[in-house]
Amino acid sequence: MERRRQKHLVLILARELASNLATPTLIADADGTLVFYNEAAEEVVGRPFAEAGEMPVDDWTSSFEPRTPGAAQPLPAERRPTRIALDEQRPAHETFRITSADGVERDVSVTAIPLFAQAEEFVGIVAIFWRE
Amino acid sequence: MRVTVWGCRGSVPTPGPDTVTYGGNTSCVEVALGDDVALVLDAGTGIRALGFDLERRGIRHVHVCLTHLHLDHLEGLRFFAPLWDERTTVEIWGPPSHLLSLRERIARYFSPPLFPNELRDVPAALTFHDVPRTPWTIGGASITADSVLHPGPTVGYRIELGGASFSYLPDHEPALAGPLQAKPTEWISGTALAVNADLVVHDAQYFEDEYPHHVGWGHSSVSDAVAFAHAARAKRLLLFPLEPRHSDHALERLEDRARELAETNGVAQPSLAREGMVVELL
Repeated sequence: MERRRQKHLVLILARELASNLATPTLIADADGTLVFYNEAAEEVVGRPFAEAGEMPVDDWTSSFEPRTPGAAQPLPAERRPTRIALDEQRPAHETFRITSADGVERDVSVTAIPLFAQAEEFVGIVAIFWRE
Repeated sequence: MRVTVWGCRGSVPTPGPDTVTYGGNTSCVEVALGDDVALVLDAGTGIRALGFDLERRGIRHVHVCLTHLHLDHLEGLRFFAPLWDERTTVEIWGPPSHLLSLRERIARYFSPPLFPNELRDVPAALTFHDVPRTPWTIGGASITADSVLHPGPTVGYRIELGGASFSYLPDHEPALAGPLQAKPTEWISGTALAVNADLVVHDAQYFEDEYPHHVGWGHSSVSDAVAFAHAARAKRLLLFPLEPRHSDHALERLEDRARELAETNGVAQPSLAREGMVVELL
């Protein structure tokens, strides 16, 4: 049976919510695979999700060269909200600097929250980008 | 595998002259697995007659798999004869909730003022199970449960036995997460259970012009049901639950509409469920 080809119901609902948000939002599954980002996020990323496709969320984050405020140092993985939400299954928030796909440096804040289905099943994360 | 429909009405029992053909009992389906054990899907009022039949057949071990705890899927359980027979073992499976156990939630229906007896008064050997996240076995059949789109914790089931597969998604509104025709299959609720199934029971409570007035109620239009079956590549589609306001005459029109839609997108001939219907899957 092609059982796990279907996304978890919580991710399906999260995607529908994200699709209707004007705030850049991404969704990753419990394995850390980026499974969707919305049109608002496309403005930051520089290309539509349909073109980018699924990828490890760390690869996606690294492509923006996240740096500490003031752009002094690369933001370590353990401070990335998406990584914290995935590894520790708790909400996390951080402000950092990125270089967008269009080459523009931007300060953004990212809030990542874990998603739990019934019976405390961890199914993934939602991360929202706030432009500073 | 033999599938018998004991009740296919949605929301509320609808006895009367306008529902003679399709029946008025709420959701209950039996999947015959052998002579010793019974598998029952949902415990609407259809389960009452099934209970008497199981007693007549001498079956003493019954598994009841609940999709969710809305009353039309549970209200018959209190009148299920095997529960009131101390020689019987009844195992009840249902969706997990992080607030209360399945027993605690069902106990609400077995207590005053809703009912004169308490769950602890039930003489049968009664056990409760949250459905597992991975397939399990009942009477030689492989059972898979997965969360599906309907208000509150709700699961659908897939039963596989002897090469045959049956998917049961009676209360399901996958289009609430966006139009089905525009979505990849992996982003459609319920398709993991229904893919390539020999028989899919799926919600088609509304005509297309009724659905916009009921978005979010947890049920599908007939066109979404056919689109779902197409996406899942189901081999046969059986439509239920049936809207309580729909008379037999209206349901005949719904079935005609389902077949019209199926012709345009290649879904095998759909049928409306009827009380007493038996489907043999080889």
